[in-house]
Amino acid sequence: MNNEHKRKERIDRGIKVRSDGIFAISSLREMMYLAGPRILLIAGLLLLPLVLGLAPYWKRVINIMCVYALLAISFDFLANCVGLVCLGGSMFIGLGGYFAAIFNVYLHLPVYLSIPAAAAAGAVVSTILILPCLSLRGVYFAIVTLMYPLLFTRVIEAFNILGGSNGITGLDSFPGQNPENYIIIGILLAVVFGLRRLLKEDIGLVMHAVKDNDQSVRASGIDVARIKALAVLIASFIGCLGGAYLAHLYMWAGLSLFALDFSIIPIAAVTIGGGGTLFGAVVGCFILVPLSEFLRVFGTFRIVLYCAVLTGFIVFKSEGLMAWCTRKYEQFERWVEV
Amino acid sequence: MEIIVYGIINSVTLSLMALGFTLVYSISRLPNFAHGALYITCGYIVWICINALGLGYFPSIVLGIAATSAIGALIYRLIILRIRGMEISEIIATYAIGLAIIEGLRWGGLRGSTFTLPSFIAGSVEIGGVAVDYQRLFVLVFGVVVFAALNVFVKFTKTGLALKGIAQDERAAMMLGIDSDRIALISLALGSGLSAFAAVLILPLGSIVVETGYNVLIYSIAVSIIGGLGSWGGAILASFIVGFAQILTEVFLSTHYQMVISLLAIIVTLLVKPSGIFGKQKELDDRV
Repeated sequence: MNNEHKRKERIDRGIKVRSDGIFAISSLREMMYLAGPRILLIAGLLLLPLVLGLAPYWKRVINIMCVYALLAISFDFLANCVGLVCLGGSMFIGLGGYFAAIFNVYLHLPVYLSIPAAAAAGAVVSTILILPCLSLRGVYFAIVTLMYPLLFTRVIEAFNILGGSNGITGLDSFPGQNPENYIIIGILLAVVFGLRRLLKEDIGLVMHAVKDNDQSVRASGIDVARIKALAVLIASFIGCLGGAYLAHLYMWAGLSLFALDFSIIPIAAVTIGGGGTLFGAVVGCFILVPLSEFLRVFGTFRIVLYCAVLTGFIVFKSEGLMAWCTRKYEQFERWVEV
Repeated sequence: MEIIVYGIINSVTLSLMALGFTLVYSISRLPNFAHGALYITCGYIVWICINALGLGYFPSIVLGIAATSAIGALIYRLIILRIRGMEISEIIATYAIGLAIIEGLRWGGLRGSTFTLPSFIAGSVEIGGVAVDYQRLFVLVFGVVVFAALNVFVKFTKTGLALKGIAQDERAAMMLGIDSDRIALISLALGSGLSAFAAVLILPLGSIVVETGYNVLIYSIAVSIIGGLGSWGGAILASFIVGFAQILTEVFLSTHYQMVISLLAIIVTLLVKPSGIFGKQKELDDRV
């Protein structure tokens, strides 16, 4: 094809301009155009357990998928909305899981209380731990979050606290497979839409501004470190929620909650799905996690594969799948003569 | 006496580990999270050269260091170059590369304590009533030699001066005709070479296990932060602080606390003087 005298032109679709830009919705079709992707996500998630009802093993995979999606969302939120790269997602999972175990096994709280309580406690603890590096710019945050999960593993192993290398067993389980599925799906949906809403509010704007130009935020009289701390609190709450759920799902909290998988899969998912959209993180997890179930036989080689995919996407297609899909959905492309 | 001797040796070990990381960061502002992975890679290459290819000890060492430098250069040329300047992508990419190397080695069978490198000369001497084996003395001697050589290189050669120029002010250096990408490539190759050199010196003291990769990364990061990211003098001083702190905890408390001590040191540094001991000129830059 001779492209020399042609260029690609992208124009917004008419329906997009009417329903989104001008916001003059006049027909059902336009309403569906707006609500379609959201309904697709909600309905898809809610129907997934029913569709996979015939394969009990894959019903369990849904749970893990959603936990990873929560982590990916928290990473995406921190990295692309506030500008903090968290390399230790497993820290949130581990803290949430261990707190859930403490609340449930030692303090005998019921499941539905121990999960939110563990998430809150884990969020507070991780925020306090991360606090010293929040007033600094640059790589400090990435470095410190990278160190914590490794440190926790060593400390628990070395001092033989909290069950040592055996972990804490005997957590209460959920009443059945369906509640198991729908609790985490409900949490995931609430988190996705809640966070998207939050980012549209004033505080979300400020967070974006912290990423783009922190000096101007400071000049506006807003404390940057406090905004960052708030963002870390929210993100770690989401992560710890996943961790607490996971501990109850396995009825066990142990050192493998600090495993590297929890740090690297969310990052890979966000990169593949497309950063900054939150939906992209979910989509990325729904591609990667089932894939990782197929690759289970390869052991740690899976991590190598993720890293390869991740690096490939970062270098060659850094916008991610979600941005590509959004473009196709909202615009049409054509070749025009120059 | 034991504390002093082993403290010094431990400190030099730490600063050898950290030198590569802090060099790369100071010159190209690239946090090289693959540092520990390169360290362990070199050990593995040398082991393969000796045991599988049947090369002599010293040729394998040279080959190992050269290969690791080449890997560092390739990482820059193929991957980092394309995402230069995008901070988030840089961090994620180097982290992913490091993980891929370490976990790849683990999958490839680098497990257990069967992989060991022979020491240069076996045996030990007594210094002030403390038995020290020759390998630890080699670490000490070569550590000092490397610092001296690096100083000479940076102060008296054209490439070294270019490195220093880019580290001080990238734009001004570029206006003077120094190619920033080439220098960054050299810095990453040099940093990888230094980590490989450290590996060759230090690994004979123990066995080659993949976890070492993470430990080396953590210790070098700790030392670099405490000394002030990007400051070589600070890194050396910090490695003495951390090194002695570790030996003291080992003697008076227990080995388990070593990692906790380094993290505690990082946090205290970030709270009290975030730019590190010697990071004066960047103090305004790093603060939000």
